[in-house]
Amino acid sequence: MTRNVLEFLERSAELFPDKTALRDENEQLTYSEYMEQAKKVATYLLANEAEGRRNRPIAVIIDRNIRSIVAFMGIVYSGNFYVPIDNTMPAERVKLIYDTLDPVAVIDARSNTAKEVEGSVTLDSILESGDIDEQKLAAVRAEAIDTDPLYGIFTSGSTGVPKGVVVCHRSVIDLVEAFADTFGFDSEMVHANQAPFDFDVSVKDIYNAMRNSATVVVVPKKLFSLPKLLLEFLVEYKINTLIWAVSALRIVSDFKALGAVDELPKLRYIMFSGEVMPIKALNYWIDNVPEPMYVNLYGPTEITCNCSYYIVNGKQDELKALPIGKPFVNTRIYLLDEKREKLVTKPGEVGELCVSGTSLSLGYWNNKAKTDEAFFRNPAITEYESLLYGTGDMAYYNEEGDLVFASRRDFQIKHMGHRIELGEIEVALNAIPFIDTSCCLYDERRGKIVCFYQSETEDTKAIVKFLADKLPKYMWPNVYKRYDRLPMNKNSKIDRVKLKEEL
Amino acid sequence: MEELLRIMSEVRPDIDFETETRLIDDEMLDSLDIVAIVTDVNDEFDVEINVNDLLPENFNSAKALYELIQRLQYE
Repeated sequence: MTRNVLEFLERSAELFPDKTALRDENEQLTYSEYMEQAKKVATYLLANEAEGRRNRPIAVIIDRNIRSIVAFMGIVYSGNFYVPIDNTMPAERVKLIYDTLDPVAVIDARSNTAKEVEGSVTLDSILESGDIDEQKLAAVRAEAIDTDPLYGIFTSGSTGVPKGVVVCHRSVIDLVEAFADTFGFDSEMVHANQAPFDFDVSVKDIYNAMRNSATVVVVPKKLFSLPKLLLEFLVEYKINTLIWAVSALRIVSDFKALGAVDELPKLRYIMFSGEVMPIKALNYWIDNVPEPMYVNLYGPTEITCNCSYYIVNGKQDELKALPIGKPFVNTRIYLLDEKREKLVTKPGEVGELCVSGTSLSLGYWNNKAKTDEAFFRNPAITEYESLLYGTGDMAYYNEEGDLVFASRRDFQIKHMGHRIELGEIEVALNAIPFIDTSCCLYDERRGKIVCFYQSETEDTKAIVKFLADKLPKYMWPNVYKRYDRLPMNKNSKIDRVKLKEEL
Repeated sequence: MEELLRIMSEVRPDIDFETETRLIDDEMLDSLDIVAIVTDVNDEFDVEINVNDLLPENFNSAKALYELIQRLQYE
């Protein structure tokens, strides 16, 4: 029985000690080196910041490099859990995360650490000093259980404070076992990691590869602006597996890049998630690269990456919505009515997609109120404890019995692959001195966040400059509309219905 | 050139396009910015920037992009 993800690493290091486990533009590590470096990090932590600490958060300042992954596993070996932090995010948001998290240590895993971050220790300095205390590590492991937290990932929160989703070992073990069973993953796979490590799509690269003794190649971020060079990179690094955000696949199809290269990568799997895949883009891929298995994956961070999948069988009808499919093995999905009381089972009838099973995360770090709101008792089961996670996504069953995404039930939106609370943007906007009040809406049709603000001054540039200090770029509105007075409804609230008509 | 600067600033008001010369190399622009800029440039300048033009040397600065547009218009 696997109770700790490190068993995957250790088994791979035993079976394939000299095989490349991790690779980026600058370096690569074999499985035995990967394990050894992680143990060094843990030995350092247990002798210093994390001495006597268990199941506490340790932050990692991440980069697009394999060293970030080494830092993660080092933290796991120390009996604690890692929280990836992207330091290119606005300083105020990073500070909010640290304030919420209160980490026992911060490891800086960036490739270029010229600009030192106060209170952090660089991975370089840890590895230089490194010896390994096997005895201590064994003692930590002996006490570990599979519901111990493995990582925390922060997502947008409606009150302006990001929420830290905490996921345990068992949920990730469940995820990669389900993937291996369902899709036939093996040790020959070479994953091109596209997703940043503070985004849980990357969890699938790290742990599927680790379980299957496969290889992860971290793709430099800038290649996603240069589709031709991106495809050349995939060929050069012999990539055969893409588990990517929809937006990353779209950059290739939008520019028709597959026809512009001499050699196409030999792909076995193309899996995508994060937002609805446009059928045109999908059909372009299938036309040009018909061999791989295409899979539409669905699920929020709170249920450990994905709860449902749909294997795409050839080109799709452009007039039909691509289903999110059926639940993974060992996962149950319910559709509930608006009050979260009754089950919705009729085909075509829309209900909130709720998830039950081992994949459920441990909730939001240090935020019981938000946890209780999202994780609640299954109304269909009253005799014993059974927890559901309410995704806030509205879905229905089609005639074939596959789930299809319909819309959101609240003010959360899905934009550029990120779940965003419009409220969090409004909090930041309302803090701008010359703005009286504001309201953000999502223009689904054009995929744009529209900001309506009440102010005497019209100055988009000043607004964006201000937001740039507070919010990550994907949360900035794309369209700004100034009003002398925003329309109000009878309850003296901003009239969102009226504004929606003006989209 | 002014028209191009306007387009670029509309996509990313936080970047000073008159001075930056490492927009791609320093990852200041991401893929969605590039898509937005290319779409607008194609419309406004009546050119067709295609995938072969999507190289760092054409997008690292507003000046480089302007030169690309001029080359495409000349063709």
